[in-house]
Amino acid sequence: MRGIYRIQKKRFGGGIFDTPGNALFSLILLALLVHWGMGVWDWTITRGTWQAETAEDCAKNGGFCWAFLRDRWRLILFGPYPFQEQWRPALALVVCLALLSASVSTWIWGKALGPRLLLFCWILGVPLMVLLMAGGMFGMPRVPMRLWGGLPLTVMLASVGVSLAFLLAIALALGRVSKMPVLRWMATGYIEFFRGVPLIALLFLAAILFPYFVPPGWSMDTLLRAQLAFALFFAAYMAEAMRGGLQSISPGQYDAAQALGLSWWQTQRQIILPQALRKVIPSLVNIFIAAFKDTSLVVVISMLDLLGAANASTAEAKWWGLYIEPYLFIALIYLIFCSAMSAYSRSLERRLGVGER
Amino acid sequence: MRLLARADCSGPQRGAEVSSLKTMAMPNLLLRLWHRPSSRARLWQSLALGLFVAAIWWLSTNLTGNLARRDLGIDFRFLSGRASFEFGENLAGYQAGDTFLRAFLAGLGNTIQVAVAGIVLTTILALALALVRLSPNRLARRLSGAWIELIRNTPLLLQLLFWHQFIIRQLPMPRQAWEPLPGVFLSNRGLVFPAPETAAALLPIICAVLVGISVALVLRRTPSVHGSRFYHFLPMCLLVAPPLIALLIAPPSISFPELKGFNFHGGSSVSPEFIALLCALVIYQSAFMAETIRSGILAVPKGQIEAAQALGLPRFQLLRLVVLPQALRIAIPPVTSQYLSLTKNSSLAVAIGYPDLVRVSQVTISETGRAVECVSILLAVYLSLSLFTALIMDVYNRRVMRRGGAAA
Repeated sequence: MRGIYRIQKKRFGGGIFDTPGNALFSLILLALLVHWGMGVWDWTITRGTWQAETAEDCAKNGGFCWAFLRDRWRLILFGPYPFQEQWRPALALVVCLALLSASVSTWIWGKALGPRLLLFCWILGVPLMVLLMAGGMFGMPRVPMRLWGGLPLTVMLASVGVSLAFLLAIALALGRVSKMPVLRWMATGYIEFFRGVPLIALLFLAAILFPYFVPPGWSMDTLLRAQLAFALFFAAYMAEAMRGGLQSISPGQYDAAQALGLSWWQTQRQIILPQALRKVIPSLVNIFIAAFKDTSLVVVISMLDLLGAANASTAEAKWWGLYIEPYLFIALIYLIFCSAMSAYSRSLERRLGVGER
Repeated sequence: MRLLARADCSGPQRGAEVSSLKTMAMPNLLLRLWHRPSSRARLWQSLALGLFVAAIWWLSTNLTGNLARRDLGIDFRFLSGRASFEFGENLAGYQAGDTFLRAFLAGLGNTIQVAVAGIVLTTILALALALVRLSPNRLARRLSGAWIELIRNTPLLLQLLFWHQFIIRQLPMPRQAWEPLPGVFLSNRGLVFPAPETAAALLPIICAVLVGISVALVLRRTPSVHGSRFYHFLPMCLLVAPPLIALLIAPPSISFPELKGFNFHGGSSVSPEFIALLCALVIYQSAFMAETIRSGILAVPKGQIEAAQALGLPRFQLLRLVVLPQALRIAIPPVTSQYLSLTKNSSLAVAIGYPDLVRVSQVTISETGRAVECVSILLAVYLSLSLFTALIMDVYNRRVMRRGGAAA
């Protein structure tokens, strides 16, 4: 008997068939897995419907309604954006993703000119994205902001929000650890306030109360207000993460900088921040994941991001009543994006952890 | 330096009669001040404070101006007005026609209700998940890991909407309701279960529990009890026995739900929205909390586990007596912040129409137009909740530091 276990252990790795109790448990789990797997196969493939005109046609088979996704995937991905022009948000999405992946690469942050180059790219990239989405130039028809939607909107809200938040968070984190009491209190107050209130309340504030706080005649699109609320909200969380990084820098670094005669700004910019920010990239990526998921809250102020577009995709009478198909579809998109980012953040943690002295 | 230059430019402009001696002295004095770190700090701080005050002043003049233009003032007296909206369930007993203040209290009650239920269930599920995540069986470990990844990487709002739709569309009509336990019915109208007819019927049992707890507190201080063999059973006995006795002596009259027409009557019920919200919150938050508890367990020194094994403690006792008490102590600060985020996340209820605080403010705004007041109530409630929790955590942390600081 022991021999069998040993062979199994070699073949399947440890911890599955190594003791009789474990083996029994594993067998039960495997049986359940196979059962579920067959159920899913049956539901999606055997009973799934590929050709159908309405939700009722799909309901006859009782399986997954692929026909719905074939009909509506463009609407879910791009929201109400004009059908002919959807290459523009797609391109903006690619630009945004490229900027994002550059921003979290430790290789760029390690280069001398890296951060400055990144800032430059963002300053150039954001207007480019907005130009692509809004149009009105270079022969691209104008598309008003209320028609922006779907995945590009989700990614842009999250990434522009987080990159604005990043700049604000540096100031806040420096204020939070500052020796000047007034700055410290102000930064602390800001951070505690924004970490204490739910994002939904802030979105309401941005959507409903904004007109009250600006001179009459000023107006700002709901999208921009939501963007601003995201930036202010996530800045507080990022500042707390950065504070951890700042506090982990050994005092010797400050002493050395002082001995070299560097001013406070020089010390922060050339000695402290590069080290502190590098250390907190994994937690910043985690905050970005949270931001990416939380952009879905704009549904509450009736914007059509990925989740809003999925809700809207079943509004038409012929697909009314479907909910599993659109939700599973976008859940998969969220899952792919977030898992990729969290896998990256974990690998970074390992890498940076090894390099830490 | 540029700032300094600008500062002494304005000096000599005043006139030619300023003596040459003074114009020489001023820059020197300013330079000296500039080079003194303390005065420079004061300059920066007053600049920041000035900017802050200016911003607040700008916002508030805009606000008062805009409000005056709309013939509105900031006025909380609307709270005593009558609200005409209706929402089903609430502990505060609000009905249409009650005051807005009562509606807000009912909303707050609903938020607290879902938060408390969520916190209890999340803790249980998270503990179970964390233990499976650390199980010796690799398959179980992988499966629970995959589950946690799946839940953590999809938005809570998506999960909430999914559960809501699932309950409304997939659960049977009340006539064909599932009956998982006798008297408990689950249908697309929510969950109905037997409950005492009035809250007063529960009074004897509540008294009995209080008596049990106070006796336990007294006995805890009594040294002779500590040595006895029954010491470990005592809490159990004291918590279970008095309510049982009360139940036998004065049984509360229970009302059982019955199907009449198209819906259930009698018993107590919770709405599908509540169930959906609770499901989504518990499942989502427990995935995060499981990872926190897991890292707490992994942070328990290996020597502790080896020592317990050397003493021959069985696995369950090892967990219960050695690992969990230490792990929970490590995990308590992050777990508390997760409880807080659960409470804040319960505000997503507004998306499915569960009448929590946010929903009540939203409806009140549309009924009265008092947006500024409602949103500030909302912010104030959540903020004080967070700050209060933070305060308690701070006190707790200091106590733990004092006790365990030397050992660590």
